[in-house]
Amino acid sequence: MSTLRHFETPLLKTPFHARTEAANKLWSWGNWGGYTTALCFDDLAMEHSAIRNAATVYDLCPMIKYRIEGPDAAEYLNRLLIRNAAKLSVGGVQYTAWANDAGHMLDDGTLFRLDENHYRLCCQERHLNWLLDSAFGFDVVITEETEDIAALSLQGPTSAEILRRAGFAIEGLKPFRMAEFALGTGRVMISRTGFTGDLGYELWTTPEQALPLWDLLFDAGTLHGLRPIGSQALNMARLEAGLIITGMDFTPADTCVREDRLRSPVEMGLAWMIDWEKGHFTGKAALLAQRDRGTKWGFVGLEINGNIAAEGSILYHDKKTEVGVITGAIWSPVLKKNIALAQILTKHAAAGNIWTEIYALRELHYEKLMMRARVVDRPFFVHPRRRATPPGRF
Amino acid sequence: MIYDALIIGAGHNGLVTACYLARAGLKVLVVEKNDWVGGAAVSRELYPGFTYSNCSYVSSLFRPEIMRDLELPKHGLQVLPYEGGVLFTEGGGYLGMFRDHEANRREFARHSRRDAEAYDRYSRDILRNCRLIRPMLMRRPPDLASFHPRDLMELAWLGKQITGQSEAQIYDMMRFWTMSISDFLDGYFENPAVKAYQAVGSIIGTALGPMSPGTAYVLLHHAMGDVDGNVGSWGYSRGGMGGITKALTASLLAAGGEVRTGSGVAQVLVQGGRAVGVALANGDEVRARRVISNMDVRRTFLKHVEAKELPAEFLKRVQRFKTRGSSGKLNIALDGLPEFTALPKGAPNIKGDMHFTDSIEKMEAAYDDWKAGHYSAQPFQDMMIPTLIDTTMTPPGKHFMSCFVQYAPPKIEGREWTDADRDGFRDACLNQIEAHAPGFKSKILHVEVRTPRELEAEVGLTDGNIFQGELTFDQMFFNRPVPGYANYRSPIRDLWICGSSTHPGGGVMGAPGRNAAAEVLRDMKMPAKDMSDAYAIV
Amino acid sequence: MPSFDTIVIGAGPNGLAAAHRLASKGASVLILEAGAMPGGGAGLAHLSYNLDPRVQKAMALSSHGLQWATADLATTALSADGRHLRMEGAVGALLSGDISQADRRAWAALRARLLRFASVLAPLNHMAPPRMTKGVGNPLLGLAKIGLRARMLGAADFRELGRILLTNVHDLLDDELSDPRLKGALAFDATLGGWLGPRSPNSVLPWLVRLSGQTAGVQGALGLPKGGMAALAAAMVKSAQAAGVTIRCNARVQRVLIEGERAVGVTLMNGEELRAARVVSSAPPKSTLLSLVGPRHLDAGLITRTRHQKARGAAAKLHLTLTSLPDFRGANPMDRLIIAGSEQDVERAFNPVKYGRVPALPGMEIILPSAHDPRADGLHHLSAIAQFAPHAPANRDSARADMRAACLAQLETHAPGLGARIDHAELLMPYDIEDRYGLPGGQWHAGELSVEQMLFLRPLPGIAQYKSPVAGLWLASAGCHPGGGVSGSAGWNAALAMEAAP
Repeated sequence: MSTLRHFETPLLKTPFHARTEAANKLWSWGNWGGYTTALCFDDLAMEHSAIRNAATVYDLCPMIKYRIEGPDAAEYLNRLLIRNAAKLSVGGVQYTAWANDAGHMLDDGTLFRLDENHYRLCCQERHLNWLLDSAFGFDVVITEETEDIAALSLQGPTSAEILRRAGFAIEGLKPFRMAEFALGTGRVMISRTGFTGDLGYELWTTPEQALPLWDLLFDAGTLHGLRPIGSQALNMARLEAGLIITGMDFTPADTCVREDRLRSPVEMGLAWMIDWEKGHFTGKAALLAQRDRGTKWGFVGLEINGNIAAEGSILYHDKKTEVGVITGAIWSPVLKKNIALAQILTKHAAAGNIWTEIYALRELHYEKLMMRARVVDRPFFVHPRRRATPPGRF
Repeated sequence: MIYDALIIGAGHNGLVTACYLARAGLKVLVVEKNDWVGGAAVSRELYPGFTYSNCSYVSSLFRPEIMRDLELPKHGLQVLPYEGGVLFTEGGGYLGMFRDHEANRREFARHSRRDAEAYDRYSRDILRNCRLIRPMLMRRPPDLASFHPRDLMELAWLGKQITGQSEAQIYDMMRFWTMSISDFLDGYFENPAVKAYQAVGSIIGTALGPMSPGTAYVLLHHAMGDVDGNVGSWGYSRGGMGGITKALTASLLAAGGEVRTGSGVAQVLVQGGRAVGVALANGDEVRARRVISNMDVRRTFLKHVEAKELPAEFLKRVQRFKTRGSSGKLNIALDGLPEFTALPKGAPNIKGDMHFTDSIEKMEAAYDDWKAGHYSAQPFQDMMIPTLIDTTMTPPGKHFMSCFVQYAPPKIEGREWTDADRDGFRDACLNQIEAHAPGFKSKILHVEVRTPRELEAEVGLTDGNIFQGELTFDQMFFNRPVPGYANYRSPIRDLWICGSSTHPGGGVMGAPGRNAAAEVLRDMKMPAKDMSDAYAIV
Repeated sequence: MPSFDTIVIGAGPNGLAAAHRLASKGASVLILEAGAMPGGGAGLAHLSYNLDPRVQKAMALSSHGLQWATADLATTALSADGRHLRMEGAVGALLSGDISQADRRAWAALRARLLRFASVLAPLNHMAPPRMTKGVGNPLLGLAKIGLRARMLGAADFRELGRILLTNVHDLLDDELSDPRLKGALAFDATLGGWLGPRSPNSVLPWLVRLSGQTAGVQGALGLPKGGMAALAAAMVKSAQAAGVTIRCNARVQRVLIEGERAVGVTLMNGEELRAARVVSSAPPKSTLLSLVGPRHLDAGLITRTRHQKARGAAAKLHLTLTSLPDFRGANPMDRLIIAGSEQDVERAFNPVKYGRVPALPGMEIILPSAHDPRADGLHHLSAIAQFAPHAPANRDSARADMRAACLAQLETHAPGLGARIDHAELLMPYDIEDRYGLPGGQWHAGELSVEQMLFLRPLPGIAQYKSPVAGLWLASAGCHPGGGVSGSAGWNAALAMEAAP
């Protein structure tokens, strides 16, 4: 480990810090996994607008990354994850999740198959113990490589154009595929993935190449409206895309103190990714029982009346009985709707008559609003440009 | 003059009981054998200009409900959170603790990446057990063999607490409550220093080693407190631990209670099977409608109550109540701050607890010495320099160092401690510190050495046991102090007990004193209106 | 080869008991034994203390050759100065030797109380552990009966049970008794087969479990079968075979065969595949789950907990062939002889084991089978269990040599001249026991029988009811409730659980 003096700088800086620091006009920083990261650079509305209208970069370095290598890598991942990792072809990326024995969700993340026996798992929380413990009996080597990789997310309608201008031939790159390119003296891996539900890419390189990559993108992107965004704008985009975040939409099982807060992938709406036929995986028996029995909790997208975001609000049935809680909510500027993600008791999810009580603080007093909510399909925001290959020219 | 309640011993629990009773309108007197109040929560000036926390030295368990009810902050109590902590390892390294989660994780990761991450899961499991045990602290345990509705209801309540958890969690809880800390930690950590650091709370005050089953619970006992809601945190009482008992005394006096120091009790007066007062050592008799003893049960019933007044079975159980002391204490006045060679300049770790025992095995070996009737050749120390946070205790630039030391037996190979033993014990501790902070010894102005002998002689703790009785299952909860008497009462009517010998035990918690007061008031059919409900860990 | 519907892995007492029960209910059962002879861990024991009366009766062991050389073995606690303490009858019902009246009285009362407590708990041995949840078919009636019997002990005893359940043997004895020989012998017995000293909290409960055993209907009595423990194993083998069980020796199982997430048979070391609808493993749960099944078929959390299951053996086994019967300063050679010293000595013998070292003065339980059953060659056999011994010392060979020297020195002290009569000596350290008998850590109980690994926590929470997480695979090992000894209880309980399963 780095230094004995870390108590003087409890938060680390990412390899992009020199650039994000210069761009952060608001000096608005937050702690993401032990790193100083930007919450907002200058104007939240402008940052969000750029995601849907132009292009944005978002510093992904604090995402936890594990390298999983060895002859048993696919077999190991299939025992670890609820989705089938063996079906992922080399060069592909998969959204995935994993649970403990009791079927309680530990995390979700993206799995990259770099080679036949070489994967990368990218996620929100630290799981070294679980991954290593799960490796008992498998011929795999697991290494955390968070600090060895600089990752930058490039999202928005003009992102493909910027990459082309920067010299990366990504025309043929389909969603959830990746390709490697030369970058300076090193390499950059570009995957067509993202957390915005829009056309976008994620760029993975070494820390030494981080600043040259940033500069290269901005040189190419100025004319295409490229700007850096902070976590707040990203959060708006991911809510529009209906994507969940560990720790915000559910509490990961390994740190969850209150047992009634534990949630399974089925309860989080991820049953679709479970491969029941692939053989045994951790939590399978518990999840099977849940599938057969039904779950107490469900996870839904909501459209809420009015124009006040319902962040953290309680859900009621018939304005009386508590039936759930909203885990994330915004007024969506792109949809012109009040949207939310929520944990809700399944028996009430379908029945309707759902209300949410919104406390809007206005000049020191709360305006208390009881607003009707309607369960709707996710994602809230879909656009054909996300999947179009080759990507359109904007 | 007949008092409504006479409390023997002005320790924190006796004062807590007295305060609650005085606030309920009772005429209350506290008698104390020493010329000062405090018991084991005491600050004394034994070297000019230096205030020591002579016995207990940190606070976390003291119930905030009591602080609030008795308005202790108004009467001067201030609990200061501290930061840091460090375990020095052999060969000049160290493992530090930090309040900041990320700094702490990266520090642990220097020793083991796995352990750095396991720490969160470990904290979760400790917290789960804290949440379970918290509500039990300020309730009267049930009598297992009673059919009284109150006992049955209490048992049912207890059953509900336990079965309110998932099946898997019940099993985990049962394992946790019966395991050794060494085995428990093996389920989380791999690094010896990390394990040794986590094991600290599992042996403090205990006549057990970290490999003894039951020590995981002792860890919980030290983790279930909080400083301002920060569960597991510890802090200093400003002005030393005597600050707690000083504030309690002020609160008592404000409520109309009385305290008589220099008034040791010779005998509890019993007439017709009822306690009616006490005879003091100076020959005075003080009458009271009820006598409440803050002394440990052995001292109370074996030294100050006539045996003929007690049922044989009760007497036998009290005689067999285990009070084996296991610890000693060094209070040191320092001319300046010692420099620990392992620590980088500016490291905040010296503001917290410091240790020199870097493996479970070394802790256990220190315990083996105790079992053989010796003080540990290589002692385990919980060392603090409170004056890095609380500057009121010494002149500027000078420091008070508190060294809690294990293990020290009540007797050396069955005989009394001698002064030579005490000096040997002191030197073993000082040499250990000197090895990590060269020049430390030359800064010493004064040392107070307290072995179990001194603890018993001055504070009155039988065998020098700091918990007024060991915290093992056979002496916990409904078994504390004696099965059938976990209700703060005794076989003698109007003779009550309120010290740490009773549930939930020691650690400067005040809960025994409050529970005893609640029982007394309930017995008198008086409402306990000034008693807040116990705070849950929401 | 005919086909079987049940394969039992291991021909130890539990495997045999389970196989017998299943076969007598109509199953066709094949036992696969890795060794050359059936018997398993029975070869390790040298006396019987907890043979399950259900097993004994149903397997009609007496009609299959089980006879007791003695069904009530007396114990002599040896003293180096010849002041032995003789304990006759079950659990020292009668003390002889120079011991104070006060101790005699106190022991009589303590003994009676412990036996009462043990007998209240004994029915637990004969049922699957309950689960701490509702609606799972817990044996509520049986549990209620146990609760009622405990309560019927009376308020004083009931409270005392609640007090001592998790306490330590040292304090329990020290509170009541003063004679160090008596306390030493009892402390030694109480900690036999465990990884704890008498001062360890939680040491009383395993002792109560031990005291809940019986021989020939007498609670706490020790039995020595005619022909040794091998004869007991042989009777079980005969009985099982009579019930139609087929036993194949030298058939070491490599894997449990799993198809479609169901156990469908086993693969032997030689590659041979045997299929059956049901597989019952009497191998230790640790080895069953970690190697016979393997992590691919089990949840990761269970694998981790299995790896952390405590299985530290601390008993070494000594066999001596002697040219003549040794003289333990006048002690009766037909007795079970105990070298324990005081209760402090027992604790001291445990101390170094915590650090992987060998004690200077190990305690020993000695049986001289040839004193009961003279050998044809005129030689004598001394069988001893020596405690405590490290299961994972830094250097196995030197630890074995040290332990051997320490044991022989102890024997020489108590039976001067014994050393000169040794014709052959063999010492099995816990790791040797692991190698020979396949018991992880050399742990007799196939996993420590400690409080946090008892009842519904045994072998691990969630798999305590004999059903493994893999469909069609059952656990029937001493590593399951209620633990080891040559009892057959775990196997029998497992068979009952299989019958009750839908």
